[in-house]
Amino acid sequence: MTLRRRELLKAAGAAGALALTGCATPMIGTPDKARVLVVGGGFGGATAAKYVRVLSDAKIDVVLVEPDAAFVSCPLSNLVLGGSRQVADLTVPYTALAKQHGVTVVRDTVASIDPVKRVAVLGSGASIGYDKLVLSPGVEMMWDRVAGLKEANTQGRILQAWKAGPETVALRRQLEALPDGGVFAIAIPEAPYRCPPGPYERACVVAAYLKAAKPKAKLLILDANEDVTSKGALFKRVWAEQYPGLVEYRPQHKATSVDAASNTVKFEIQDEVRADVLNVLPPMRAGAIAVQTGLANSNARWCNVNFLNFESTVHKHIHVIGDAIQVASLMPKSGHMANSHAKVVAAAIVAELNGWEINPAPMLSNTCYSFVDDQRVIHVASVHEYVAAEKTYRTVAGSGGLSPAPNELEGRYAWNWARTIWADALG
Amino acid sequence: MTPLWIPRLALLLAAFGAQAQGQESQDLRTRSLAATCAHCHGTDGRALPGAVVAGLAGRPAAELVEQMRAFKSGARNATVMPQLAKGYSDAQIEQLAAYFSAQKAQAPR
Repeated sequence: MTLRRRELLKAAGAAGALALTGCATPMIGTPDKARVLVVGGGFGGATAAKYVRVLSDAKIDVVLVEPDAAFVSCPLSNLVLGGSRQVADLTVPYTALAKQHGVTVVRDTVASIDPVKRVAVLGSGASIGYDKLVLSPGVEMMWDRVAGLKEANTQGRILQAWKAGPETVALRRQLEALPDGGVFAIAIPEAPYRCPPGPYERACVVAAYLKAAKPKAKLLILDANEDVTSKGALFKRVWAEQYPGLVEYRPQHKATSVDAASNTVKFEIQDEVRADVLNVLPPMRAGAIAVQTGLANSNARWCNVNFLNFESTVHKHIHVIGDAIQVASLMPKSGHMANSHAKVVAAAIVAELNGWEINPAPMLSNTCYSFVDDQRVIHVASVHEYVAAEKTYRTVAGSGGLSPAPNELEGRYAWNWARTIWADALG
Repeated sequence: MTPLWIPRLALLLAAFGAQAQGQESQDLRTRSLAATCAHCHGTDGRALPGAVVAGLAGRPAAELVEQMRAFKSGARNATVMPQLAKGYSDAQIEQLAAYFSAQKAQAPR
């Protein structure tokens, strides 16, 4: 508590000092006088904060604004629903970012951003000036796209649990209370949404729990998409072979409304479905602060960026990373990808603030593991290169691929990946 | 009369400055490329205690190049690495190997 207050005061004080000097032009050539403000401490933001410090050899001042006390990983959080893990297993504090890397961590929200004056006003009222802003706001649920869902969610009746934390635990409780012979249904929005394979992994892991604890229960996957959006052949084989009669996949089910009293979900075309536990994921868009700042210029949902340095195409000196961007072809909205974006943006900012040319050929990698029960895993991997002629990323020809089948070795690799990427971002 | 050596010295210094900057800028790009390995192998290739994926820091460059080539050609079988190795050019593999071999296996404290 005292640490938080001290850091807040420090940040507020620094902001006051900076407001006096103003910042009409960034501090190019004097990185030791420059400040990078990072908004959002998820996979993207935490990594960006650390890597700006690391790649600038601790010259550039970094302030990270994040409302939560600790990082909670969305990847692997489906295991909490399956019952094999707790949220605590997925929780990493922000302390190492401050202590090991000298990042000023401010526990607050950002209420508004002035892209001309380059100042962010925090929820507490303090303001922080910046030379460069890295915005990693994640996604916001578009509640109004599914009538009745916001109210049902607020009442704790119909959960999304798409941001790991208390809702994940609450959904687990609902699953524990599900009667044997009951129905669990997950409704998936049209792509793009955060974590393409996540809903299908959730179906697998919950099915594993039901198979063991409530063998007469049924699991319905109600997908707005034409087909499974990621690792389709692998997931379908798992449902057929590992969970026959338990899991049923129904494509082209676009949810339009829910009724919390009867636990019913209605669809654009198909017949309504009643379930004992409903998990309805609405369509998603860039986090609210990005939308509010006018950065979501792709279909009013996602933020277009210059892929060389992830600078917004709307406002200079604001760099948007992670799930909030309008992605390149075959670029998933994943935690790993956000971490990859963060490293490109960190290097670009360090180069720019030093007055160097930014890397004309950045690379991104992605590895995504999905559990099919509490032990066995399938992956999809890819390497992406910037193609100057097209100003976008393409997967490197011949690279990437999938697991041939679920296996326990990759289950161990998945945990290793999680521990390592958490440390890479926050340690 | 202006001595000739003054502009020459200035030019020389400018060239030296550009070269130093060029090296730092190139080092930054190498570090950025190496960071694409860090999610699984650890920041700067330093694996966590008890990791089941090998660390890369401090290993001989020739060994790292050989392993990457074996993944790329399919000579060495594995789960993810043959798929990722194919995403890097031979020049990038050399660059990565040189970088990781120069890293200390233990994090500086």
